[in-house]
Amino acid sequence: MVAIAKKPTMPSKDKRWLIIDATMRRHGYVGDSLIESLHAAQEAFGYLDDETMRFVAKSLNVPLSKVYGVSTFYHHFTLKPQGEHTCVVCMGTACYIKGAAELLTVLEKEYGVKGGETTKDGKLSVLTARCLGSCGLAPAVVFDGEVAAKVGKADLLARVAKQVAQ
Amino acid sequence: MTAEELETLAEESRNEQAKARQTVRVCVAAGCLSSKSDQVKDALTAKVKEAGMEHDCCVKGVGCMGLCAAGPLVSVTSETATKKEVMYQLVTPNDAGEIVEGIKNNKPVKRLDCPTDVPFFSRQKKIVLENCGVIDPEKIEEYIAADGYSALHKCVSTLSPGQVVEQVQKSGLRGRGGAGFSTGLKWSMVAKAAGTPKYVICNADEGDPGAFMDRSVLESDPHRVLEGMAIAAYAVGATQGYIYVRAEYPLAIKRLKVAIRHAERVGVLGASIFGTPLSFKVDIRLGAGAFVCGEETALIASIEGQRGQPRPRPPFPAQEGLWGKPTLINNVETFANIAPILRNGGEWYAAIGTEKSKGTKTFALAGKVTNTGLIEVPMGMTLREIIFQIGGGIPDGRKFKAVQTGGPSGGCIPEQFLDMPVDYDSLAKVGSIMGSGGMIIMDETSSMVDVARFFMEFCQTESCGKCVPCRVGTTQMHELLKKIIAGKATAADVKLLEELCDMVKSTSLCGLGQTSPNPVLSTLRYFRKEYEDLLQHEDEGSNGHEPATAGAGKEKTR
Repeated sequence: MVAIAKKPTMPSKDKRWLIIDATMRRHGYVGDSLIESLHAAQEAFGYLDDETMRFVAKSLNVPLSKVYGVSTFYHHFTLKPQGEHTCVVCMGTACYIKGAAELLTVLEKEYGVKGGETTKDGKLSVLTARCLGSCGLAPAVVFDGEVAAKVGKADLLARVAKQVAQ
Repeated sequence: MTAEELETLAEESRNEQAKARQTVRVCVAAGCLSSKSDQVKDALTAKVKEAGMEHDCCVKGVGCMGLCAAGPLVSVTSETATKKEVMYQLVTPNDAGEIVEGIKNNKPVKRLDCPTDVPFFSRQKKIVLENCGVIDPEKIEEYIAADGYSALHKCVSTLSPGQVVEQVQKSGLRGRGGAGFSTGLKWSMVAKAAGTPKYVICNADEGDPGAFMDRSVLESDPHRVLEGMAIAAYAVGATQGYIYVRAEYPLAIKRLKVAIRHAERVGVLGASIFGTPLSFKVDIRLGAGAFVCGEETALIASIEGQRGQPRPRPPFPAQEGLWGKPTLINNVETFANIAPILRNGGEWYAAIGTEKSKGTKTFALAGKVTNTGLIEVPMGMTLREIIFQIGGGIPDGRKFKAVQTGGPSGGCIPEQFLDMPVDYDSLAKVGSIMGSGGMIIMDETSSMVDVARFFMEFCQTESCGKCVPCRVGTTQMHELLKKIIAGKATAADVKLLEELCDMVKSTSLCGLGQTSPNPVLSTLRYFRKEYEDLLQHEDEGSNGHEPATAGAGKEKTR
């Protein structure tokens, strides 16, 4: 890997850029650390926007097209900001067999958003997960990072209503 | 660290544990944790202190105890000669007072009792999971006290790398990731390969929906995996290891990080392990949600910071792997089997299981079964024993319909094969695969065509897009399945679906594509009537053979 002649300047004074830079520095700014760097960036900002991708591309000396390619290849990375609250419905096999698809239908009816979408007011993002590995507790739903087990339709709506009201 | 120091550490930890007259173990693996078992643990600790029993009674967080359906689980062991164990189920923080009171008066709380003399516990044989639910995963001392790292010490001090490979070959261990390739053979290939440095990679990208064995092992006994990797490094001559773990498993990642730090501090990882020239460092690499990265060449590409796309083999990773160097890739469970094999010898392991599938296998029981959770059984146990004895049968008085093994790469096995022994070859014979160990049980209410469609949708979105048969084929098959479910298809569509299955199976580049037709083929084979019931008959008009929509480009919707 070619050493970088000049490091790009931070896009702003936001401290979060320093966190991303620290991750890249720890890996010696090698192109191989692209995924690690994108993880750090998404954790800091919640999503990857153009500015972030440009900054990472320049810092690691990899083409922007590759950064974009990797960011869009992996499901974990998102290019859009998420709502204030998230509700992740697990769509793994065990959850599917136990009615996870119906949970999504219920949410769509109530809030008008499908899996992967955010409500217009930016309050709620409904997401789907491939499998949380909580198959013994199916169907599982994650409300703002907290896993809930054996979620029924009424329970789901009550919890989401509570989230959105916050 | 020397052997004496290891023994001293083990002794100290054992003494420390022996001091307590009672040990209260609370499951803090992801399953029970989502039912607030951390609060249960805190409440128990507080109540023990309140009762002034903190010197006699030790409360600790442990890994998975298996019966996730009844979580949070708490076990109370009296460290007397009899070692009586009482297990409690569905414990809430409010129950803490009653439980502590029960310990004090030696009167177990009947209301919360979870019987342990039932088949779910008694029919299991634990090798991989022997420490799960027993030791505190965040304390290396407890792992060492349970004979941890003694196998690594035995290897580096008394066995040559060749002898280690020989023991693994003798054990008959086959890759637990699903394909079942001989682990010993893989190790010997990497050991013989020319080139330095060599790498050892642990595949912890458990992408198969419905499987959580690897997650439980990493959360409950991370040192077991690290020890297996270090032994592998000694055997093949590697100096650097990577654990490629899903970003969706934050708790497993956290515990692995703690475990690596402790292991380096004690000197069982890092430079000059046990004072020998062996030096081995382990780093964590996070996956980013791509099922295809479970394929070894795709996983290697991902560690290199690329898109996770597989490449043709040969050359196999054993010759040209990570950064073009010889690389050993094994699954979490495979590595977790290594320490006991080296401790007890290859023959010991080979005595368990069937002729061609040795040892035990962990399974994640889920779906329509009473006892959902994590189990480990000897190879060769029948599906009926696993589902109806250990699993406790189908809830709500419903009837068993099929069991799905191997996730999107596996198949659905109907009732007529319930008495078949579970091993690699028997499962393959009926059109499924062992897979990593997910076992989803379905009852009469599940539509098998819909299950096939579910898996095909999964494969379609997870196809990396590199080779045409998989990228286009999975999309077309998914469209055909949707058409069948919508009641718009004819017999000709089913014929086309079968032809497509055959083509995708034989021409795809990697395992994802090659096995993606399995759920369709197996349901067509055993549940054909369900497909036929959905078909339109020619005489009803509309033979509308609409071409399925093309455009397999994976659009990102998030």
